[in-house]
Amino acid sequence: MNQAESEASDLLRIRRLSKTYPGGFRALKTVDFTVRAGEIHALLGENGAGKSTLIKTITGITLRDDGEVWLDGREIHPRNGEEAQAAGIATVYQEVALLPNLSVAQNLFLGRQPTRFGLVREGEMGRRSRQLLQGFGLDIDVSAPLGEFSVAVQHIVAIARAVDLSAKVLILDEPTASLDAREVEVLFTVMRQLKSQGMGIVFVTHFLDQVHAICDRLTVLRNGGLVGERTVAGLPRMELVRMMLGRDLEAVETARSRSHRDTVVDRGAVPAVQAVGLGKHGAVAPFDMILREGEVLGLSGLLGSGRTETARLIFGVDRADQGELRVDGTSVRLLGPRDALRLGFGFCPEERKTEGIVAELSVRENIILALQARAGWLRPLSRKRQDEVADRFIKLLDIRPDDPDKPIGLLSGGNQQKAVLARWLATGPRVLILDEPTRGIDVGAHAEIIRLIRKLCDEGLALLVISSEVEEIVSYADRVTVLRDRHHVAELTGDEVTEQRVLTSIAAT
Amino acid sequence: MSIVLPRKGSAQIGAFILILLINWLVSPQFFDLRLQDGRLFGSLVDVFNRGAPVMLLAMGMVLVIATRGIDLSVGAVMAISGAVAATLADSHSIVICLGAALGVGLLCGLWNGILVAVLRIQPIVATLILMVAGRGIAQLITEGRIVTFTSRDLAWFGGGSLFGVPAPVVLAVVALVVALALVRGTALGLMIEATGANAEASRLAGIDTRLMTVAVYMWCGFCASLAGVIVAADILGADANNAGLWLELDAILAVVIGGPSLFGGRFSLVLAVLGGLIIQAMNTGILLSGYPPELNLVIKATVVLVVLLLQTPRLIAFKDRLFRGTR
Repeated sequence: MNQAESEASDLLRIRRLSKTYPGGFRALKTVDFTVRAGEIHALLGENGAGKSTLIKTITGITLRDDGEVWLDGREIHPRNGEEAQAAGIATVYQEVALLPNLSVAQNLFLGRQPTRFGLVREGEMGRRSRQLLQGFGLDIDVSAPLGEFSVAVQHIVAIARAVDLSAKVLILDEPTASLDAREVEVLFTVMRQLKSQGMGIVFVTHFLDQVHAICDRLTVLRNGGLVGERTVAGLPRMELVRMMLGRDLEAVETARSRSHRDTVVDRGAVPAVQAVGLGKHGAVAPFDMILREGEVLGLSGLLGSGRTETARLIFGVDRADQGELRVDGTSVRLLGPRDALRLGFGFCPEERKTEGIVAELSVRENIILALQARAGWLRPLSRKRQDEVADRFIKLLDIRPDDPDKPIGLLSGGNQQKAVLARWLATGPRVLILDEPTRGIDVGAHAEIIRLIRKLCDEGLALLVISSEVEEIVSYADRVTVLRDRHHVAELTGDEVTEQRVLTSIAAT
Repeated sequence: MSIVLPRKGSAQIGAFILILLINWLVSPQFFDLRLQDGRLFGSLVDVFNRGAPVMLLAMGMVLVIATRGIDLSVGAVMAISGAVAATLADSHSIVICLGAALGVGLLCGLWNGILVAVLRIQPIVATLILMVAGRGIAQLITEGRIVTFTSRDLAWFGGGSLFGVPAPVVLAVVALVVALALVRGTALGLMIEATGANAEASRLAGIDTRLMTVAVYMWCGFCASLAGVIVAADILGADANNAGLWLELDAILAVVIGGPSLFGGRFSLVLAVLGGLIIQAMNTGILLSGYPPELNLVIKATVVLVVLLLQTPRLIAFKDRLFRGTR
């Protein structure tokens, strides 16, 4: 297809879209994105890649700073969801945004019920609802409450409603996350049908199998930037994983200037932490893991592969339902994070705002929180001691602004992350778990945190680091465990720790 | 023109003084004090004396609200503890009588705390259960009658005095001092604020958020039962139907007047207690003025509306814009 032809069949065309959030975080950097009529287009990327922001700017929920959005040859400027809908962009979110207590028919026609003399024509509404859903191969009682049906049916009702509002482009934001295999197939049938009607479908997912099963083309975002656009047919899975997680090869080779540190770790000694067949049904399959002091173990894998779940089991946030955790060779049972804290563990969670910082409290209080929790409520840290600890870590980690009494919610993401890190360092931990420590923070803070990880490791801490950035993880990890579909599938050590090997393990089927 | 923004709490102190001054205008002898039988009397003393139960409820409620909860059962708990105290007063020693009444309050708090923290029922629903059931329990204890007693020991809690200060005021002040020592002298205050502001992050930081939640409901139950004892001692009897009726709303109002937000986090015990005093000062003022007491409710509602409006983010933003414009 030549250039002119492809331009002609473009249904949704986005050019140089940019978005910077207050606080200076650049969520989208001049991203191009094109959806053609009659195609299913996968939008891929890890958490924080910019997928959500891209969708929100298309649907008008977030206003763009710069760039153009063209729909069917006309530039559009939706300022909210309704305007985008009116222009022809329909969106179905992961959590179905319908009303479970109303009937299926009422949900389909909410806000636009057929009326006569101001009264809702229930019979007409039911008839048209049945007709509409039969078009999707769904024959259900439309007068029953929506909540009684499976999530898959609810999704199809949501799609039917969205599409019936004269849509040209349909955006499906992770619709398959809560569906089982059979339900996914039902959804795919509907998607193929809409595609044959000439609709352009944007499909956000993190299941690569589904991308190969149903999509025609795909676009990958990473750290707010466009990585590339490809045709799915003939694209090797390895290539796709590299687009999502890795840098292109030349860059990687130069980045691999690091020589593996001379191993000072005594491999024969009793490991600080050992997991034996540890697992939790529905979260992560039973796995073995060894974590030694003075060593960085990296956890790599795609979103939803069980990385965070592994960390949560080891820190006792979730309780394992099988297997055993040993600390210094002794079996321990963690009933909660407090037990892990007493054993000298620390955990910086991925979701900084909801699980990391306590936004209202000051930087000082955030830093001393875990230290105080370990001391117990009866032994309060004196104000002098609090100031000492806070000042020391504010200096050590260069937290800005260096005002310990400022509410932490007012700091930038990178400084919040450093403060959460300080909270655990203040407890003098021997095992530190970092879940995506460099996510969503600016380049300067990024480099500082990686330097810090290396330094902590040299000081003899046992570190478990989760990251979507493969080139980052191979630069500091002594060993890398690769996860896929909630299983620990490979462990790479020594010279095997290369970006190539990690990516191959993730992509293997 | 520059406007110095008020220091934390100065708005509440200002409101309290303003209401006292209005009371003085309405009733010129408002600030008069006289000593009679070794006990202070006067309208101002009355504000503190009558306000003691709500002050106690407010210092319990403020901690519950700091954890993003609410306790609707405090009025009912007052009725229960009052009933227990009145029933036991003439047959048992004051120690057992008081211990039972306050113990019942702690138990009620434990019940609420378990419903909220362990069973994860929404606080407003969880405490509604005891709000409804509690008055029934109180009636069962009093067997549907108004139980009167003659014990002078128990009566002291309502009508007695210490160095001229009415006993309810002494008790409220002692409770406040104990609460301040517990909350600010230990790390409890920080942990409660952290739990209210972000429970999940606090749990991950190693704080026992469940214990914190149960503890604040127990403290709230304890304060309510002490308030119940004071009210029963004051009338020398327990009226299960009317003791503490609607006082949970006064307690919530007091916290709202004294504190910044119902969404948990930062709290101030002293300002919540001051909120209780403001409410009582209004009550007393209306009684002294001779206006019908029905007006009381409307005025109270108006004051709360004004306080809430002053805290609305939109209004604050509007005010800031206004200030920028004049600068």
